[in-house]
Amino acid sequence: MNFDIALLLAQDGLTNGAIYALLALALVLVFAVTRIIFVPQGEFVAYGALTLASLQLGRMPGTAYLLLIAGAAVALVDVVVALRERRPGRIAATLGWNVALPVALFFLARWAAPQQPPLWAQVALSLALVVPLGPMLYRLAFQPLANASVLVLLIVSVAVHFLMVGLGLLFFGAEGSRTPAFSDARFEAGAMTVSGQSLFVIGASLALIVALYLFFERTIYGKALRATAVNRLGARLVGISTTLAGKLTFTLAALIGAASGILVAPITTIYYDSGFLIGLKGFVGAIIGGLVSYPLAALGALIVGLLESFSSFWASAFKEVIVFTLIIPVLLWRSLHTHHVEEEEDE
Amino acid sequence: MTTASVAGALDIRDLSVSYGKVEALHKATVRVAPGSIVTVIGPNGAGKSTMLNAIMGLLPAAGAIRYEGEEIGGLETESRVARGLVLVPEKRELFADMTVADNLVLGAFPRYRRRERDIDADLQAVYTRFPRLLERRAQLAGTLSGGERQMLALGRALMAKPRVLMLDEPSLGLAPLIVREIFRIISDLRKTGVAILLVEQNARAALQVADYGYVLETGEMALEGPAAELAVNPRVVETYLGLARRQG
Repeated sequence: MNFDIALLLAQDGLTNGAIYALLALALVLVFAVTRIIFVPQGEFVAYGALTLASLQLGRMPGTAYLLLIAGAAVALVDVVVALRERRPGRIAATLGWNVALPVALFFLARWAAPQQPPLWAQVALSLALVVPLGPMLYRLAFQPLANASVLVLLIVSVAVHFLMVGLGLLFFGAEGSRTPAFSDARFEAGAMTVSGQSLFVIGASLALIVALYLFFERTIYGKALRATAVNRLGARLVGISTTLAGKLTFTLAALIGAASGILVAPITTIYYDSGFLIGLKGFVGAIIGGLVSYPLAALGALIVGLLESFSSFWASAFKEVIVFTLIIPVLLWRSLHTHHVEEEEDE
Repeated sequence: MTTASVAGALDIRDLSVSYGKVEALHKATVRVAPGSIVTVIGPNGAGKSTMLNAIMGLLPAAGAIRYEGEEIGGLETESRVARGLVLVPEKRELFADMTVADNLVLGAFPRYRRRERDIDADLQAVYTRFPRLLERRAQLAGTLSGGERQMLALGRALMAKPRVLMLDEPSLGLAPLIVREIFRIISDLRKTGVAILLVEQNARAALQVADYGYVLETGEMALEGPAAELAVNPRVVETYLGLARRQG
């Protein structure tokens, strides 16, 4: 291996690492606010990538149908609860978000898909179709379990993962998709060639991270999510409902997942079940940060990206093994250097 | 007492709370008139905190909870807060990893959701009332002293613009000088028109600021009356005030 190849591998590693970093941040966020280890994070990556790929082929994305069904299920549950609790005022809001919005998006997608709109419009439509699935998923699977233990939430999380992979197969089919690059530009920097695609991915990831930082530091809703993560009871006592925090968190997680999928789609071929492995690499990064530290999680994810890229050069057959073996020394080190706190059971 | 025209700010009737088979509170009845300070005194474990938590909807309870004439027993905790029924809990429950300023701003969360405009003015008012918080506004809440934490908890609750403020042992664990300061502030809050339900072990200080008092013993209301009368009631003097004097 010479220096040129090392630079190329580093560039590759950082590009993938940037995407893993986004997913690691989402995993830390979801765990901090809701105590859910969000196994289906990767499915949002696959859904985002496959939705964009369908739109680029001028086909109606399967997500539009899925959104209709999920929205109808949420609306049904919400209406039944509203009637049982005698609060009919809530029905209009839930019908708006979970029936009217998906129907509007459905017809928008049916109108726009065959016309092959410009790339930015396809990206925006893909995000609009995937992101609402986040809060709907929270409503259906996790809201009734808000007080359950971490273990129960994890079990449900794994079940949701399998369900979403199955739905992915049903709505997108078994064939893989790869979208054209966002940019064909190449820059010469000394001995190294930097691809516009890499710069675009890293730049977009950085922009998203800065946007998230500003959201959490500057806006009242961002502060409310941090408050819920720090002290759930305190948050309820200032009027931040656990449900609101959960739905908002899942919206962000779906947004980050779908955006990562759109970024990764031109780099690798994505199948309906490819999301899990990508999400798992983000998870390794998040574990390096102890599932609590955002900067450490992002750094850990970059290390995962670099390790993956260099190991694919030396021992390509073992690259996944090497990446996931990284978790063992990290867990050992963590268990030796942090006090183990038993989870407080509410019951 | 049952019609809306003479409804109290808070009317609790026959409130019972059980932990499993153990009844921690048995048919408690408390009335807080608008703008008044009412105290519930009693020994440790009498069910005082249980009562406040049940009123906030943090614990399942049987009985009637009427807030400004409206039954709120079916509402979630967050909705009660949004309506102006606010609790400062015994453990303060601050956001330790966040700044003093952020803690205060979050106190007004339901008002931000309603897009109210005068929130900044109220933040300034809290800083005027607690100059210490202004000095430390950029500091993390977890680094504050006990007295400052209590002030932050009070300030955060005031940011919600409460109409009924419930205080759970605000003097607990504080130095005597700070305790006096906290009670001066509580008595001062009367001018803002907020009704206060104060739960205290420090019976002497509580009866001094309150208009009306209840004595809660082993989950049941044992005595009630105007605070001035309770303060000279021989049973109260012997059981609570005598003890308070010895504790200093």
